[in-house]
Amino acid sequence: MSILVNKDTKVIVQGFTGKEGSFHAEQCMDYGTNIVGGVTPNKGGQTHLGKPVFNTVKDAVATTGATVSMIFVPPAFVADAVMEAADAGIELAVIITEGAPVRDMQMAKAHAVKNNMKTIGPNCPGIITAEECKIGIMPGMIFKKGNVGLISKSGTLTYEGANQVCNEGFGITTAVGIGGDPIIGLSYKQLLQEFQDDAETEAIVMIGEIGGDLEIQAAAYIKDNITKPVVAFIAGQTAPAGKRMGHAGAIISGSAGTAKEKMDALEAAGVKVVISPAEIGKAVKEVLS
Amino acid sequence: MNIHEYQAKQIFAKYGVPTPRGIIANTPLQAVTNAQELGGSVWVVKAQIHAGGRGLGGGVKLARSIDEVKELASEILGMTLVTHQTGPEGKLVQKVYIEEGAAIADELYLSVVLDRAAEMPIIMASTEGGMDIETVAHETPEKIIKIQVDPAIGFQAYHGRELVFGLGITDKNEQRKMIDFASKLYKLYMENDAEMIEINPLIKTESGDFMALDGKMGFDDSALGRHPDIEDMRDISEEDPDEREASQHGLSYIALDGEIGCMVNGAGLAMGTMDTINYMGGTPANFLDVGGSANAETVAKGFEIILKNPKVKAIFVNIFGGIVRCDRIANGILEATKMVDVNVPVIVRLDGTNAPEAAEILKNANIDNVIAATDLGDGAAKAVAAAKGE
Repeated sequence: MSILVNKDTKVIVQGFTGKEGSFHAEQCMDYGTNIVGGVTPNKGGQTHLGKPVFNTVKDAVATTGATVSMIFVPPAFVADAVMEAADAGIELAVIITEGAPVRDMQMAKAHAVKNNMKTIGPNCPGIITAEECKIGIMPGMIFKKGNVGLISKSGTLTYEGANQVCNEGFGITTAVGIGGDPIIGLSYKQLLQEFQDDAETEAIVMIGEIGGDLEIQAAAYIKDNITKPVVAFIAGQTAPAGKRMGHAGAIISGSAGTAKEKMDALEAAGVKVVISPAEIGKAVKEVLS
Repeated sequence: MNIHEYQAKQIFAKYGVPTPRGIIANTPLQAVTNAQELGGSVWVVKAQIHAGGRGLGGGVKLARSIDEVKELASEILGMTLVTHQTGPEGKLVQKVYIEEGAAIADELYLSVVLDRAAEMPIIMASTEGGMDIETVAHETPEKIIKIQVDPAIGFQAYHGRELVFGLGITDKNEQRKMIDFASKLYKLYMENDAEMIEINPLIKTESGDFMALDGKMGFDDSALGRHPDIEDMRDISEEDPDEREASQHGLSYIALDGEIGCMVNGAGLAMGTMDTINYMGGTPANFLDVGGSANAETVAKGFEIILKNPKVKAIFVNIFGGIVRCDRIANGILEATKMVDVNVPVIVRLDGTNAPEAAEILKNANIDNVIAATDLGDGAAKAVAAAKGE
């Protein structure tokens, strides 16, 4: 078991023939992901990496029956790609692209929600169900199969967390990088519920950072709905206020969005909060024993 | 990206949002010419820096004669203005805005920002103009009106009614003027991909007109590509030179106060590394994300920027290679030690893609002050010890 994606999931790639799209699509296929084709306008009818290329997402869905799209198009065209996927009946769009304008994402997200399409990202490493299906840019080899679900705003902290969990002798069901932008798709709340409902997941690691209040909302949700143990780390305890820390959304505004505020809320909700990401593995071991 | 008050007011004017008339000056002489051109008998001399609290810091002053304009412009130009937003080092004032005086009957507050929870713009307004809005929000939250505007429908008449009734504006003529003001502000917020617009204070004049007495605007960096006119407003003297140099090389750098330089891939891990150093009893000297396409040159540039800071006593390189291959980082470290005089201990933790190859490269190079670490905790501990001279 796992959440959202598995070895049978049919995946297309938007921006399939571009440099990034090609490189990562190939890596995903090597991992075992069932990539059934891709979309690049004006290249319909060609074959790329042994898979058919389509002009539109509608054509790709009609021919392949794909339900998930991995999006690698340049930032200025991301919103268009997401909305096209939603209209074509895609169920989940994983948006890897970094640097999409916020106004575009407001519109694209609203359209996706209206069409019941789930989205992950943008500006994220993607989603991986260990040893089954990788839709994104993470190094696949560190995700061993196991019983821990992982949700993270940060790419490299996803790897760090997963690596520690595996080094402690556990493994990952599914790991999701939700992205560090101000407007993102699936967030902690929905994914926590997915892991709560997944029979195989026994503990959840949640990695957040400064800025916004998603982690605060997650804390309230955990208190009322999540019975599985949760381990959390919030990055940016030492970040100065008013500075954007790399991610577009990682900024403390006034007194809001601080790491401390989030850590306190999570702790009050019964979450095992660690002060350093170096402690994630040990904390998982503790909650699972 | 942020812009100056006078630039924000240029954008306001383009959209018909009323502002007092004003002209920018770089010299006291120019300030005088500007005041004469504007006419009248009262002028405001306003320091142009990217920070709030200019008035309290002594950067905004009223002049009642042309001589006084000259005097105040001479005083403010070249001063280092310290406000609660500049930090103790302050900011050098290089431009003053000369504005006509306004007869103020009332001061309000109006802003447009992104409501991240609702994922749409929100208009915030208050009768408590001229005050620090964070303080108002904290002490009297009921005095702040919040109106979400769904971009799919845009600013509608009912948004306007919520606004004027919320502000207690009863005169029908004034209601119409305020609704018009807010609708234009929303339009310019959307069309220019602004991140925030804040007008504090927005004044009602004695003749019952509304005017933006101040103007603060920030823009979505990801959207600047489609707004060359706004990109042209960038004032590089307002940016930290090291941060700017770093960004030109694809690095994201922010200076901090501590002693341990950090070079990390990924923004989250970079913050997590700073937090871990702090947790182990050390102090981070900077945030530095080398990004997803790091190579020998970017790593060398990273070392160069970190080492410009004389407080740095050790450097912790913490890489979890996903897209970034560790062998490239290892080669980068070797290159960097040739290009830059790295005179402090460098603790290196490389994990993930091609980590064994990277370890081999560093081992064979056998550089004196490069210390290998096995994981994040080990690396942070070694960096803290090295910075303490242990």
